[in-house]
Amino acid sequence: MLEEIIIKPRQGLRIDLKEIWQYRELLYSLVLRDIKIRYKHTAIGVGWVLLQPLAMMLLFTLFFGRFIKTSTNEMPYAVFALSGAVVWAYFSNAINNAANSLQQYKYIISKVYFPRLILPIVGVSVGAIDFAISLALLMVILLFYGVTLKLTLLALPLVSIAVIFVSFSVGVWLSALNAIYYDIRYILPFLIQLWLFASPVVYPVSVVPEKWQMYYYLNPLVGLLEGFRWCLSGVGAIPNSFWVSIGIAILLSIGGVTYFRRVESTLADLL
Amino acid sequence: MSGESIIEVVGVGKKYIKRNSQSYPTAREQLMKLFRSPWKLLDSPRKEEFWALKDISFEVKPGEVVGIIGRNGSGKSTLLKILSRITEPTEGYVKLRGRVSSLLEVGTGFHPELTGRENIFFNGTILGMSRKEIQSKFDAIVNFADIGDFLDIPLKYYSNGMAMRLAFAVAAHLDPDILIIDEVLAVGDLEFQNKCLNKAEEISSNSGRTILFVSHQMSQIRRLCHKVIWIDQGHIRAIGGTAEVIGEYEKFFLSTDRDLSSAQRLNQKAAFRQWYIQDSGQKVHVLSHFDSVKVVFALEVYKLLHQPLIDIALKNAAGQILWGHRTQHSSLSIGSYELEFLFAFLPLSRGMYSWHISVYDLEGKVDVWEGLPMMQVELPSYQHHSDQWSGIMNLPYKLELRQLSEIDGYLLR
Repeated sequence: MLEEIIIKPRQGLRIDLKEIWQYRELLYSLVLRDIKIRYKHTAIGVGWVLLQPLAMMLLFTLFFGRFIKTSTNEMPYAVFALSGAVVWAYFSNAINNAANSLQQYKYIISKVYFPRLILPIVGVSVGAIDFAISLALLMVILLFYGVTLKLTLLALPLVSIAVIFVSFSVGVWLSALNAIYYDIRYILPFLIQLWLFASPVVYPVSVVPEKWQMYYYLNPLVGLLEGFRWCLSGVGAIPNSFWVSIGIAILLSIGGVTYFRRVESTLADLL
Repeated sequence: MSGESIIEVVGVGKKYIKRNSQSYPTAREQLMKLFRSPWKLLDSPRKEEFWALKDISFEVKPGEVVGIIGRNGSGKSTLLKILSRITEPTEGYVKLRGRVSSLLEVGTGFHPELTGRENIFFNGTILGMSRKEIQSKFDAIVNFADIGDFLDIPLKYYSNGMAMRLAFAVAAHLDPDILIIDEVLAVGDLEFQNKCLNKAEEISSNSGRTILFVSHQMSQIRRLCHKVIWIDQGHIRAIGGTAEVIGEYEKFFLSTDRDLSSAQRLNQKAAFRQWYIQDSGQKVHVLSHFDSVKVVFALEVYKLLHQPLIDIALKNAAGQILWGHRTQHSSLSIGSYELEFLFAFLPLSRGMYSWHISVYDLEGKVDVWEGLPMMQVELPSYQHHSDQWSGIMNLPYKLELRQLSEIDGYLLR
């Protein structure tokens, strides 16, 4: 049976998910290639994956640990900080990669067809391996600090997938915007820094004044980090804020993918 | 099935917009505009539209090998980009029945840090093969590329020729129903080109593959194609049998004598009649070797010219002057003349060129001629395979890499 392809000016903004599935091997290849190239360039290779969150944990513990007196979800501050650092390291890398993905692969975009949405997906997937490795590190630190492992820990893989999804919902916007506006690459480092302070990575949510908390929860990382830490502490039920995050990420990714689709049709002419 | 076309192109057009200031709008610009004159945001900025392609319609039957010819900037590449789905048409549609692979470049996605093996897999998946497919063809690819022990060595240690062979080997083992090829055979040395051409012939005759093939080299088109489409200024100028269309194309660009009736009618003092390359007794307009080249310009002088100046410029297809020259002579009496340049060699990239020639005397302009037909350069390429880096000169070379010392030992001392 011959497949029939019709090429015409596209009007709708429908995203062909089936097509992305058909191109999964390319997605896999791109991720694999990126990882290989990265580790061939570095001297200590995978070591960096562990070093970054560990260094962050140390810094946070030394500088913030003593100032933050409020409860950190009944876990030692070091564990609290490392769990934040692990999620943060992944998230910041992922949105940065996704934002640059179209530029990075423009030489392929201009030569070969494939659904371009694959590129921001590659951007957030490349770091997923590092993320998994740093989760293992987190487990070691948990044991080291004598934190009793709760049953809720079983939800950690699912919450981790949510972390990847939230990163994608932001990354897809940034990648499309970056293709159109030159400014994004200058704003990005600043945005990422700002985002760190606007998220409960080094401090617990409780330090945020109550009247602002409603707006604070609009940041999808807030509920995400609360959900992530709930897996480690196992206190009570999963916080509602986690579901708020998921809802925001769903809205963001629907909007982002639609916008990406609009940019996609002129991409080869723009880059 | 036999009656059905495998490629159907109907009324395809592609409009590009040239923005006046720059093509990359900045967020600041947009914000400033919003701030200064919000109502104007709805206006489209002053921009220039142009149609790179217009009203393109044709059909290709399964198993046909179709050549696409035309000058640079005629719209050929845009058509290929639409057929390969890299850019969308502005109007019209294309129906492709079957798996399509396009080779707009060989070695897309090759990375110097990765080994030959890793690059084969990556390049293969980019071109649309599954990993399983690559696995099953792996040995054939490695054999064709003839890279021997280098398979597990990073690409950066490969010679240019080896990398090219590897890239083409992957491409040659694609198994699509429709294969779109853009000038990729124009790279590498003659022997390699021949190997590629043979492979392309084999693919088309043995497996009945449908091939769309763009080239500047009429010899390649003649050898491979059943049918030719000539695109000129975004429109189809001619479509039909290979011999017929190439004949028309060459008549247009390679027609010999200039029609001098208008020069005589205008009572000019002199006019250029023709130019040609003197090649083993024949008058040709194709440059195909790196040996010395005799370029001859024929001038008819109808009235005595005092102290004539003859200016010559060699221009490429983009209109850039590659070489300019002026000669002065004491006087030319009535008669036919030939002005002959003997160049040691002309190191030009492949493509179409023109010799612009003009003659002035003391009273001013006598004749200006844009030197038709164009000169076609079909030299072996010694340039980078990517257009972006190939430059305008095609310098033949012998290359050698010598290691003079071992660097670590040297540094330690």
